[in-house]
Order: sequence, then C-alpha cells, then structure tokens
Amino acid sequence: MSEVKLSYTISGDDFTRAGEASGDVKSKLKVLGVSPDIVRKVSIALYEGEINMVIHAHGGTIDVTISETEITMVLADRGPGIENVELAMQAGYSTASENVRALGFGAGMGLPNMKKYSDEMSIDTRLGEGTTVTMKVFLQ
Amino acid sequence: MTISDVQVILHGTYVCGEDQKDREIHSACGSDMMSDVLAYVKDQAVLLTGLCNPQVIRTAEMIDAYCIVFIRGKKPTEEMIEMAKERGITILCTDHRMFNACGLLYSNGLRGGVPY
Repeated sequence: MSEVKLSYTISGDDFTRAGEASGDVKSKLKVLGVSPDIVRKVSIALYEGEINMVIHAHGGTIDVTISETEITMVLADRGPGIENVELAMQAGYSTASENVRALGFGAGMGLPNMKKYSDEMSIDTRLGEGTTVTMKVFLQ
Repeated sequence: MTISDVQVILHGTYVCGEDQKDREIHSACGSDMMSDVLAYVKDQAVLLTGLCNPQVIRTAEMIDAYCIVFIRGKKPTEEMIEMAKERGITILCTDHRMFNACGLLYSNGLRGGVPY
C-alpha cells in the first residue's frame, strides 16, 4: 500500500459539523481494509481531537497520513494554547463551558481519551499561539 | 437479544432503521455524556441517551453502535434522522427514564460489555 494523505480544515463556529472529518477518515480507513479495532481507535482519538478544536480553539487543520506501518494524525490549531498540559491530561479536568457540557462534551475526557486510543501522542502548545497534537496508531 | 426485543421491552417506537430489527445485540451503554461513552465502550451495539443532538449520531458512528435509544421522550431532529439513515443506525424512542430503561434491558439479560 502506498502512503495515503488526507487533509481537512475544521470550522470553529459550527459544533453541529464537528466530527465530519473523523467520520470521513473512518470510512476511508474501512475502504483501505484497515482492521476494525484500529479503525475504531483512530476514529475515537481523532473525533475527540476534532471536538476539542471546535470547542476550545475556533477550529484548525487535521492531516492524516496512512503508511504501511502506521497512521499519523496531526491536529494543529491557532487557539489559546493549553496552560497546564499535565492538568489537562487528568481525566475529569475540564475548562469547557456549561454550554459545551450541555452538548455532551466537556467531561474532561478529551485528551485522556486521545492518549488512551493512540499508541503515541505528543502535544506542542504555546499560550496565545496555538496547539499541535500529534498522534500515532501502529498498524503492526 | 435483538433490536426488536429492545423495542418491545422499552415500549419504544422506531424512528428509522426498522429493517435492522432482527439484528443481534450483545451489550449496551447508557450516558448523556458522549466523552464517557467514548472513554469506556467496546463493542456496545446500543447507545441509550437523553442527549439529543447530532453528536450523538457521530458518537454512535465512532463506536460502531448500530442502535440509538433516545430516552425520556426525546425526539431527534430531521437532520439527525438523515445522519442515522446514512450510517445505517436504527433510532428508537422511549418515554422511560435512563435508570428504568437500562434496568429493564439488564433484567432481560443485556449487559454492559467489556470496557476498552
């Protein structure tokens, strides 16, 4: 299988559409014949990331690279940055508004879920400049 | 248990996807918090929720759930119904509250499944 690259621009002002990119990646992975367990891991990790971008960072970009050995997801935004990454990684810690909670998110599980469902995750964040999260899921 | 059994047990009504009524289900999860659903599920075919927005359909899609039960009389919008149809997801509505809906299914043999 040659390398496949997918790119998406995520709108920050439409919560209803949040998850469209993740859904598209999911269906493409299925077509490529990636195993269902891996498809689910990638989909959930990416979906949480996409939701985070919409609720915290006014959108951003998602780039997914599928190689023979791994799936790499790079989520980049120009949002406010994460003040305390260690705290943000704790399950249950959230800075989301009540409004976001009413929509079913903001339980403080976004980043922990992303870490849980990816095999490797790194966060590069600068206050006032933005955040780039890179996640990898290995295929072998 | 099948989707049809869930419908009967919960006195539910089909909103879409009745053609899947004979499909077998082995486990379910119930929550209004989608992040919790995403955190703890594995192979849950049924999602019971009182949350009613398009992200419920997307969450079901991500976890490969093929039946959503809206509890407490919640009614999905046309947009949500279209999304569910595109993804092959059955939608049921029931007037039961979460505790009773889950309890009824549990007492009829449905379980929560193994967490991821």
